[in-house]
Amino acid sequence: MKAVAPLKDLDRELARFHARLKIGAAFVVVLAGVLLGRAYHLQVVQHEFFTQRAESNRISLVPVAPNRGLILDRKGRILAENYSAYTLEITRAQVADLDATLAEIGKLIEITPGQLRRFRRLLSESHEFETVPLKSRLSDEEVAIIAAHRYRLPGVEVKARLFRNYQAGPGMAHVVGFIGRINDRDLKRLREQNIEHNYRGSVHIGKTGLEQSYETLLHGRTGFDQMETDASGRAVRMLSRIPPVPGKDLRLHLDLDLQAVAEQAFGDYLGGLVALDPRTGGVLALVSKPGFDPNLFVDGIDPETWKALNESPERPMVNRVLRGIYPPGSTIKPLMALAGLELGLRKPADSIVDPGYYSLPGSSHQFRDWKRGGHGVVDLRRSISQSCDVYYYRLAVDMGIDRMHDFLEQFGLGQKTGIDLEGESAGLLPSRDWKKRRWNKPWYPGETVIAGIGQGYHLTTPLQLATMTAMLANGGRHVEPRLVEALRDPLTAHWQPVPGAVRGQVAIKPENLAVVREGMLDVTRPGGTAARAAAGAPYSIAGKTGTAQVVGIRQGARYDEKRLAREHRDHALFIAYAPAENPTIVVAVMVENGGSGSGTAAPIARAVFDYYLTGKRPGAVNLETGNATD
Amino acid sequence: MPRISHWIVRRLSHLDGTLLLLVLLLLGISLAVVASASGQSPARITGHLVNIGLALGVMMLFANIPPHLLARAGLPLYVAGVALLVAVALFGEIRNGSRRWLNLGVIAFQPSELLKLALPLMLAWYFQQHEAVLRAKHYAVAAVLLLVPFVLILRQPDLGTSLMIGASGFYLLFFAGLPWKVIAGGGALVAASLPLAWNLLHDYQQRRVLTLLDPGADPLGAGYHIIQSTIAIGSGGLFGKGWTHGTQNQLDFIPERTTDFVFAVFGEEFGLAGVVVLVALYLALVARGLVISARAPTLFGRLMAATLSLNLFTYAFVNMGMVSGVLPVVGVPLPFMSYGGTALVTLMLGVGILMSVATHRQLNKT
Repeated sequence: MKAVAPLKDLDRELARFHARLKIGAAFVVVLAGVLLGRAYHLQVVQHEFFTQRAESNRISLVPVAPNRGLILDRKGRILAENYSAYTLEITRAQVADLDATLAEIGKLIEITPGQLRRFRRLLSESHEFETVPLKSRLSDEEVAIIAAHRYRLPGVEVKARLFRNYQAGPGMAHVVGFIGRINDRDLKRLREQNIEHNYRGSVHIGKTGLEQSYETLLHGRTGFDQMETDASGRAVRMLSRIPPVPGKDLRLHLDLDLQAVAEQAFGDYLGGLVALDPRTGGVLALVSKPGFDPNLFVDGIDPETWKALNESPERPMVNRVLRGIYPPGSTIKPLMALAGLELGLRKPADSIVDPGYYSLPGSSHQFRDWKRGGHGVVDLRRSISQSCDVYYYRLAVDMGIDRMHDFLEQFGLGQKTGIDLEGESAGLLPSRDWKKRRWNKPWYPGETVIAGIGQGYHLTTPLQLATMTAMLANGGRHVEPRLVEALRDPLTAHWQPVPGAVRGQVAIKPENLAVVREGMLDVTRPGGTAARAAAGAPYSIAGKTGTAQVVGIRQGARYDEKRLAREHRDHALFIAYAPAENPTIVVAVMVENGGSGSGTAAPIARAVFDYYLTGKRPGAVNLETGNATD
Repeated sequence: MPRISHWIVRRLSHLDGTLLLLVLLLLGISLAVVASASGQSPARITGHLVNIGLALGVMMLFANIPPHLLARAGLPLYVAGVALLVAVALFGEIRNGSRRWLNLGVIAFQPSELLKLALPLMLAWYFQQHEAVLRAKHYAVAAVLLLVPFVLILRQPDLGTSLMIGASGFYLLFFAGLPWKVIAGGGALVAASLPLAWNLLHDYQQRRVLTLLDPGADPLGAGYHIIQSTIAIGSGGLFGKGWTHGTQNQLDFIPERTTDFVFAVFGEEFGLAGVVVLVALYLALVARGLVISARAPTLFGRLMAATLSLNLFTYAFVNMGMVSGVLPVVGVPLPFMSYGGTALVTLMLGVGILMSVATHRQLNKT
């Protein structure tokens, strides 16, 4: 049955089967077409795109941080240098249980509570994937211990990092400043300046002082290693390298020895001092007391210490030379005298009789002289050497606030000096315009009177006083103060001088300036307000004392230093240059609550002059023996 | 001696020269690519050579088994396979979230692998039994025979394998003359139930499909495989980066690159030119298989040869489609190319059956 009947069927079935085979073959060809079409699309049409993707998979740029430039004093002594140290760092994202890990580490090596607090603070400021230092400057033994237990501590690494050491100590902190970890604010600024890429390998950035103002030069250019990396991010081999360019070394005008002498001369007092070379504007010393230890900031300061520094009533973080603003007081008188001469309001021989007070016409208000009973007959030179207030009350009224403002402005008052540090204050040089703008109030004649002796609205920084004094010393050339004297490229070891900046030359009649300078010389001669401080100097000093009031004195009352608490005593000021005939150094000193310029400020300047001009180091300076004269 | 050499010649006479040449070419390419993908690891290359030798032996063995004997194995193998699937569902071991393995103490075994061959054998044998009197009822029975293992494997869950087994069953029904009306109706039914099926898919299965549509949505997670393999293939360009010079391959960016993603390595190092050659080899293999099917004297031989050929190409298509990003990620190796003993042996067993069908023409049915 099977043999005969289905034969015909079988042929038909076979034909049908063959047709289906063809359909099957067609199906396969269509699928093959889809595959080839896809391959063509990927490998020809999108080839460029995928080649780039493969390259960016393969190649990673590993930044190589440049060595930061050194900072040296004028004699080549190191103020800021680099050292490499092992740090223990933790990446939050890789740690499952942070507290357990910290406890574990604490069992292996010593972690102080301060380090823990600092770590917590840094952690709160950084992203999860950043590595945050827990402890730096690990000893070799500690490195070995951590290395041996590393397998149990995922996310914990020992890394060799470059650090900064400030061996000159707290006294230089306000000049050199410090570097600190790059924070979000720094990053934002770098991004705005479009130099973020240059910091890809860097941990630190200059935060204050020269470290901040010369950041770009000190930092150098980051190099890049082009590495071939595998999928897990491991570097397989180096393809090419763009070497880093190390930062420039800075050499300062500043002399560390002179700085130390000045700092020492302050004794227990706080305050600021700046010494300039009037010919170049070079900063020979810059003291702001108290200082602080800049090394605390390098790998992140712990919150406690930071709080203590910030909230201390002594305000150690404020650079008094740049940011301390005080009424210039009597130190403005030489400039006022010069203004009187230049504006034709006074002749050197013009004299007044000082009864001990001055009243505006039609007013009974008495502007008192600091000396009860007055100075008697006073000419221009005497007005400076005796610091006669009444002479300047009158001169100011004759001059008027507008002319006063315009003249003083030429000497840099009310403007930033342009020193190569950031954050300086412009002070305040009052004028009718300013008062209108600021307070929308008219100017009163009484305000002119006190402006004449550097009181009232006047505010100046010690640095402005020094710049002003330098102009008296150098004949009216407006030099900007400069800390950095030369730059060195570490690759060529060649020092390149940084030229000083001159803002201009004030046109002054030499004979007028000569009279004023003579008056300033008289200050340190017998009978002058700073005679005692200058006694016995083998060179001549021209200067001017001053005080800046801390508390107002009521009309009719008297300033009695002994009855005031120390923090309410006046700030003592002294500006001076030496040698008077051919000045090579200018000093401006501000002693906080020092009482009188002659008593506390002038001796400090004397110590600086002595060391700078004769090489003599001061003995014990007794600051309290000076007369309370002004 | 002459008797032994005569025996060898007889055994060798059952090999199909064309198939053998194509398969050896593919295996040669595979050896080169696996060597490159494994960083020329001697262990991997030796392992691959051992697998190839074993698989060639299995191919030769099955080439010498006459089709009618193979046909007899259909029913027992099918029954055993389904029984094992049931056993898996009851006592199976769970790995990676699905119950696929049967732990036999020494080795873990996936019964679904067995069904890949057992189902076509069973169906081909069944249709041959009823060759003369094929009616709708027989197609219905065949459909049930297909659906039982399909559903069992789907529930493991193993969508990839169940679809591949479903495809092989469907090919067989198709070649056995399943009426077009039924095919069209079934297709419409499947299309209509797609939304329902989507909801029945497990989360990870849905994710795989979504990942295909937009691999960039999760570049480090599910999309990573596809992104890296398409980068590899695309960056290969027209002529590739050269053997052992594929950066995606050498630097570990391609996952599973000796096994499921070996095509990415191949595409990167040999480019579009290599892909064209590879696809041409697969097409030639299928063409030869269909020719063998057309010339086969029995229905069993015809159905087996045609189904095995299409099945082989389906595997190749699904794998290459997945690696080049047109199909979702399913764990299907690339025939003859991927490293892995089980898959290669199963595959070469199929080639052996093709050869058997090709060389046992004088031994007619029943």
